[in-house]
Amino acid sequence: MAVVEADLPAVAPRPRVNWTPYLLILPTLAFLGVFFIYPMVQAIWLGVTDPQSGAFTWQHFRRMSADLYFRQAIRYTLTITLLAVPLQVMLGLTIALLVNTRFRGHSLFLYLTALPIGISDLAAGLIWLSIFTERGYLNALLQRLGTVELPLVFLTIERPDWLIGAIVITEVWRATAIVMVILLAGLQLIPKDYAETASVFGAGRWQTLRHVIFPLLRPSLQTALIIRTILAFQLFGTVVTLAGRQIPVLAGEAYFWYSLYRSPNVASAYAVLILLFSGTITLLYLRLLRIREEEVKA
Amino acid sequence: MRLRTLGLTAAVLVISVWVALPLVLITIAAFTPRDLLYQWPRPFWPEAFTLETLRFFLRSTGVWQSTLNSVMVAMLTIALAFGIAAPAGYALSRFRFRGKDSVQLAILMVKMFPATVLSIPLAVAFIRWRLYDTLLGVAIVHTALSIPFVIVIVTSVFVGISYELEEAAMTLGSSRVQAFTRVALPMALPGLAASAIFTFVLSWNEVFAATILTLNNRTLPALIIDSVLGAGAPLHFRFAGGFFMIVPALVIIFLIRRYLLTLWGVTVR
Repeated sequence: MAVVEADLPAVAPRPRVNWTPYLLILPTLAFLGVFFIYPMVQAIWLGVTDPQSGAFTWQHFRRMSADLYFRQAIRYTLTITLLAVPLQVMLGLTIALLVNTRFRGHSLFLYLTALPIGISDLAAGLIWLSIFTERGYLNALLQRLGTVELPLVFLTIERPDWLIGAIVITEVWRATAIVMVILLAGLQLIPKDYAETASVFGAGRWQTLRHVIFPLLRPSLQTALIIRTILAFQLFGTVVTLAGRQIPVLAGEAYFWYSLYRSPNVASAYAVLILLFSGTITLLYLRLLRIREEEVKA
Repeated sequence: MRLRTLGLTAAVLVISVWVALPLVLITIAAFTPRDLLYQWPRPFWPEAFTLETLRFFLRSTGVWQSTLNSVMVAMLTIALAFGIAAPAGYALSRFRFRGKDSVQLAILMVKMFPATVLSIPLAVAFIRWRLYDTLLGVAIVHTALSIPFVIVIVTSVFVGISYELEEAAMTLGSSRVQAFTRVALPMALPGLAASAIFTFVLSWNEVFAATILTLNNRTLPALIIDSVLGAGAPLHFRFAGGFFMIVPALVIIFLIRRYLLTLWGVTVR
């Protein structure tokens, strides 16, 4: 590129290209190339080659899928995602709509509900552990109300539903904030007069929301869904703090295969699996939401 | 109309309690004397608060060192992320050029990308590059995670500062660089500070990559994961740890509250 730039003024009669923006973007592209594209290729490479000979092999994927935790990890990851993401979107949308009414004190409300953005999955898990653990706040409350004599054990694999419930609650508490902020940013892009026009023409609040606001909010909704679902596939800290390995999940298994069984290859196979899941779900969302848009037009 | 206001107020109150209550509870737990945490019936409110639980956490092996490590990694991440991504953000705000849309799309895709899983193949590469178990190695992955955020916030900050001001400075005889450093940069500082702060939280909170990429030089989240999974740390250690991890976050979200929508607001259109 530098050569081309030096030659340009002398040789080319074409309009001069301003290289400054490309030069400014170059470091970012170079960095992401080395630390994003390269590891992605490397993940696939590690997943399908023999560590000694370097020959192509499916053995790591076979070892991964033969493992007892494998099916459970997929099932639990999908279950938790399927339960948590819709709840996050509904609650996030509610909060965003509430903030957007600009009631008195809405900025304080926004700050409060945005707080969990700064809280890690690990810290959120520990916070809810203080509630759900055997001598935790929930049992203390139940005892005070007279519902239990002795503390209940919520976080045990003998009650997997409760364990998953605790994880879903923690995920909803922690990650709704991101959905809310994305949707609120989307709401604020919608001009106020649209809703006013709708109400002038006699639309009720629900009708305005349903036929004016929601269609315009679709791009934000799409982004929120994609980001949240992909992050849910990487679920790790919350599960580890609340359930240990009782509830295996994909990222957790990648961690255990890497640091417990010392097999970067099988761990990479898990990484590839997470990448595949994420790619598929993104395409699926883009496809689904776009088709509906065309239906609206037709 | 009355009913509507009542409904709104109720919703706001319920949601506020839902978000705030766990934060209050973990704070109480972190200042509750250790033996009360294991008592039954379990009292909600301890008669006397104590610093003992927190002190126990801070004095546990490795906690202090890993806190320092976390801060170091966060600082390195801020330096790297700004050095690399701030020019790109400036370019996106000031220039029209071919491929600008694809660059913006790429940034969005990076933000959505399941990046932490890449730390596994990276760990293998880092062993070869002698970056494994170093603070720099962790900072590099955190930089990759924070680049999209730094770019969007820097872009929005400079979009908000009129280029005409820089042009005016240049007409009055300053160079392109001077116009930037003396006119645009000072005005941009608050916004840049906000994105630096956000980068700090991102790095401070990151668990997975830090756990994979370190062995002895743990960051705080990696140390806590270790002590929870490996060593079976006692409950009071975990509660104090949880509280200790969220304190910076609470302050920081307050500082950057104006920029929250910018950080996350960009969408696929």
